Amino acid sequence: MILRCENLSKSFDGTRALAEVSVTFPENGIIAVIGPNGAGKTTLINVLTGFLRAESGRFFLGERELTGVAPHRVARLGIARTFQDLRLISQVSVLENAMLARPNQRGEQLLPALLRFGVGKEEASNREAASNLLDFVGLRGKASEPAGELSYGQQKLLTLACCLATEAKILLLDEPVAGVHPEMASKILDLLSRLRDQGKLIVFIEHDIAAVRQIADLVIVMDDGRIIAEGKPAEVLERPEIIEAYVA
Amino acid sequence: MEYCLHILILINVFALLAISLDILSGHAGLLSLSQAAFYGLGAYTSALLAVEAGVPFLMGVLAGVGVAVLISFVVSLPSLRLYDDYFVLATFGFQMIVFSVFNNWMELTRGPLGIPGIPQPVIFGWHITSHLDFLILSILFACFAYFVVYRLTSSPFGRVLHAIREDEVFAKAHGKNTHYSKVTAFAVSAALAASAGSFYSSYITYIDPTSFTVMESILIISMVIIGGAGSLWGPLIGAFVLVTLPEALRFIGLPSSVAANLRQIIYGSLLVIMMMFRPRGLMGKFGFNK
Repeated sequence: MILRCENLSKSFDGTRALAEVSVTFPENGIIAVIGPNGAGKTTLINVLTGFLRAESGRFFLGERELTGVAPHRVARLGIARTFQDLRLISQVSVLENAMLARPNQRGEQLLPALLRFGVGKEEASNREAASNLLDFVGLRGKASEPAGELSYGQQKLLTLACCLATEAKILLLDEPVAGVHPEMASKILDLLSRLRDQGKLIVFIEHDIAAVRQIADLVIVMDDGRIIAEGKPAEVLERPEIIEAYVA
Repeated sequence: MEYCLHILILINVFALLAISLDILSGHAGLLSLSQAAFYGLGAYTSALLAVEAGVPFLMGVLAGVGVAVLISFVVSLPSLRLYDDYFVLATFGFQMIVFSVFNNWMELTRGPLGIPGIPQPVIFGWHITSHLDFLILSILFACFAYFVVYRLTSSPFGRVLHAIREDEVFAKAHGKNTHYSKVTAFAVSAALAASAGSFYSSYITYIDPTSFTVMESILIISMVIIGGAGSLWGPLIGAFVLVTLPEALRFIGLPSSVAANLRQIIYGSLLVIMMMFRPRGLMGKFGFNK
């Protein structure tokens, strides 16, 4: 399903964060969103996931309009996200973080939780799915540790595993490799390429241009709440005005 | 002997109240100052039904629970959209309103005069009159509450509550309907507190508004904090400590005017000491501070 937005605008106390942003994302692939601080990149993710309401404009997933839909419903429709400041349930185990993110759990309703109708079976299958995802990101060995005790890079991996646990097809990642060790960064980038191969759409905000060149299929450049360029990295990142304004 | 049984019964009543608050405050991280209001709603509903209409005990308990759940929905609608301190203030306001209703609606509650002559429970032919009978019944009530809270908090439902306590935004971003979970936890908490009220009114056979003030709410919170929020045995231990403490003071032989004030000082000091040295409570896994 295609994610697209039309003329999204948002401002904070008179400061424009998004100005008439219109973009249609491809069905799959890796899209990098770059731009200076305050360009509106995170605001775009916040609007697309329902955490912020746009003042004007609309956005759609396929035929379905998502404007004004609550964040948890957006997630259930298949758009998962990570945050710049790592958000995890730090006092519970790594495995439980991933299990929490599993969709459609009957055991989250009052009566099934109380009477345990079919909840044991559901838990077993969610545990297995979550364990497989921890395997995928390389955190199986840490499954029983509290999430708060992981290293920063490992926590980034866990946030990715949690996104995947929701079974979302679209992942919006806010700086997935910022501040991590180069080795960990290349591991995360490698995982993102593998997810693209599985048919997912990954939209990620990034400041590291080398990472963008390495894996992005498309680049969107934002500045002052607007999209100022979009296209293939090899082409967009060579434009003199982009190099001057941002890349340099 | 009867005195000891009475203390044990009170420990059970307060353990039930503390565990009812724990699902909301310990597990979901929503500190509520209105637990005594729901306790009172249960007590008044079943007492009035028993005195005015001769409704049997268990029916009265169910009615009290029903009233508390309905009113919890009314309170949840505006207040659960609030966060942290604002939620505490909203529940404080609700507690004050409920107390005012108990104290001023003379036609219904008889205000400060209270409701005397509440019949003792009869359950399927079991006439509960002796202290031992009441102790057994209070244990059954407390065990039921423990069972409910344990089942809920050790299930995926509880996992969502824990996520709300630590990071509600994370839970929402992963598709969790946190509003549903909070409304439900608030209703369960209110229902269990109301059942404690129904039991208490039929045990003491007399209720007046002074048993359901904000001070009672604070006492219940203190039990949860001292015992340990979000832990299975914490609320029981908190109830044990704070029910037996004033009784212990009584034996020291202080004049009652001094003992009453000393009690407040000791509560306060205990809370300060706990916050300094053991912010997670005696048994708790989780602190209130994030």
